[in-house]
Amino acid sequence: MSPIYLDNNATTRCDPAVVEAMLPYFTEQFGNPSSMHSFGNRVGLAIKKARMQVQALLGAEQDSEIVFTSCGTESDSTAILSALKAQPERRELITTTVEHPAILSLCQHLEKDGYRVHYLAVDGKGRLDLDAYRRLLSERVAIVSAMWANNESGTLFPVEAMAQMAHEAGVMFHTDAVQAVGKVPIDMAANRIDLLSLSGHKLHAPKGIGVLYVRRGTRFRPLLRGGHQERGRRAGTENTASIVGLGVAAELALTHMEHENTVVRELRDRLEAGILARVPHAFATGDTANRLPNTSNIAFEYVEGEAILLLLNKLGIAGSSGSACTSGSLEPSHVMRAMGIPYTAAHGTVRFSLSRSNTAEEIDRVIEAVPPVIAQLRKLSPYWSGDGPVTEPDKAFAPVYA
Amino acid sequence: MWDYTEKVKDHFFNPRNAGSLDNASAVGEVGSISCGDALRLMLKVDPETETILDASFQTFGCGSAIASSSALTEIIKGKTLDEALKVSNQDIADFLDGLPPEKMHCSVMGREALQAAVANYRGETWRDDHEEGALVCKCFAIDATLIEDTVRANGLSTVQDVVNFTKAGGGCSSCHEGIEEILAKVMAERGEQFRPAPVAPAKAAPKPGKLNNLERIRRIEQVIESVRPTLQRDHGDLELIDVDGKTVYVSMTGACAGCQMESVTLAGIQQKLVEELNEMIRVVPTRAGDYARACGV
Repeated sequence: MSPIYLDNNATTRCDPAVVEAMLPYFTEQFGNPSSMHSFGNRVGLAIKKARMQVQALLGAEQDSEIVFTSCGTESDSTAILSALKAQPERRELITTTVEHPAILSLCQHLEKDGYRVHYLAVDGKGRLDLDAYRRLLSERVAIVSAMWANNESGTLFPVEAMAQMAHEAGVMFHTDAVQAVGKVPIDMAANRIDLLSLSGHKLHAPKGIGVLYVRRGTRFRPLLRGGHQERGRRAGTENTASIVGLGVAAELALTHMEHENTVVRELRDRLEAGILARVPHAFATGDTANRLPNTSNIAFEYVEGEAILLLLNKLGIAGSSGSACTSGSLEPSHVMRAMGIPYTAAHGTVRFSLSRSNTAEEIDRVIEAVPPVIAQLRKLSPYWSGDGPVTEPDKAFAPVYA
Repeated sequence: MWDYTEKVKDHFFNPRNAGSLDNASAVGEVGSISCGDALRLMLKVDPETETILDASFQTFGCGSAIASSSALTEIIKGKTLDEALKVSNQDIADFLDGLPPEKMHCSVMGREALQAAVANYRGETWRDDHEEGALVCKCFAIDATLIEDTVRANGLSTVQDVVNFTKAGGGCSSCHEGIEEILAKVMAERGEQFRPAPVAPAKAAPKPGKLNNLERIRRIEQVIESVRPTLQRDHGDLELIDVDGKTVYVSMTGACAGCQMESVTLAGIQQKLVEELNEMIRVVPTRAGDYARACGV
């Protein structure tokens, strides 16, 4: 049986049309777009086209607002460090507790340099308190950075409203939209977001290409200085093949936007409902009424995520987990902890993230495969007995933690 | 995904002795703070001989936690309690042909469950004797608490000190930033300021000129002797077997034999020899095949 890939929030398969469009830029179209001759000129035109394709996906007013970078992380770092460099008198930042490490690690590092970072908390469904946010906005704040969609739970933040509030307070606003771009419609011309990060490999373009959207008029300081590439805002010879690939991927994402929000959403709902109907003591995490159409994060109580993934992997099913043991750092998911999910459930969270290439047959296979896997692991669990959790699990099993 | 051995996979997919044990005469329940895993070990002990007649486990944890639990029960069945208490976490890891360094704490949890169960049988209370912190050095699985305690107890002040005392940072060196932070914190407590070593050593010790054969062998012996205490702390050892031109043959014994970090250890020794002798040296373990396996070939 062919394997089923449900880990599209981690990365996606390059669309064959993307690969095809890229190939000439490794061979005959090898020119440096900065060169005067026609070898370079043709490549320069291809980049211009890609920039316009990304512009269309973001609904940006100007194609000059699109800056190609090497990845989402570079875009995030560039945005935040630019805001700090451009406004040296502002020594505070606002972000959220559930950001991607690309933001959180940078913020923790900035704290060591004397910056003050405010981390907005989330409630049990992963939602922000906008009143608390409003109170933090001041002229001391250099930039707000809040993700458009959470990578683990798929929960959407009201970034457009938050950007408006920041704008009214005279504070720059950045959003890490790596998970949102290509999955939910975005119209930058209609909002007040100053800076936005996206990553190619999350929308069927290759790895190693990203974009930082910089609204026209936003004070900007480059991270990489050197040549005049990207109008001097990101020096370094362009990754031409990947830029061309991202352009095609952006166009495809726009074409499939409705499909993503109808067909993919239905498949996701069917998967989630199917699993929850068959597996007791399991629940979906996050703001389930307001999340990405492709993401379902299910907490299976009393079992551990890595063990679930290993057994699913044996059946050819690929997902991911917020459990401590699947992360290189051995830290349990900060997103699940921030939402206050109990340890015995947070440990067993599994994220299924779909894409436009998944089919109903695949989803039905997963719905059939998951219940026995959970049952098998629960048989091993000290919190489980027979058909249900032991009575008063916390008292029946109280290990000495070391 | 983790690089689990076939043995780990086998014990995860087909765990031995899983489930609860009726009329268990000893029960140990422990958990690991660092990852949240927890384990209940149940034993049936012959009261006359203190022999473990049967053992079973229930584990809330990842693949290697389940495999470690399964391995533990297999190892201790038939042993007396005193014999079983001699089982180290390294024995559990060895039984599974090794665990990724990040997952060594799973085997530690197994050993602790065993100690807790024996204490339970003997009517004693088991208390954990070490605290686990965030993993800093991934090459040698050394956590922040251990580094902090060692820096404090020995008044250490350089990264090299930390490498010498704990081995942390002696592998790939990518955790040196983290070690510097710990040094800065602990040194601040004792009113000192952490000063990083200068980028280029002020004046490198004069390198030896041309050594004669005897001098050269002695120098090699000195280097080998200097690393042995570090290895012995981890219940391993190293022996110089032969020197043939630019190739130095060594034999790794104890916990070092077949250790997943063997290639890192050897590379470190090789680097030391190259620096000491000022010539290219190749360090080769004599048990053919081991090095190749450590390199994943």
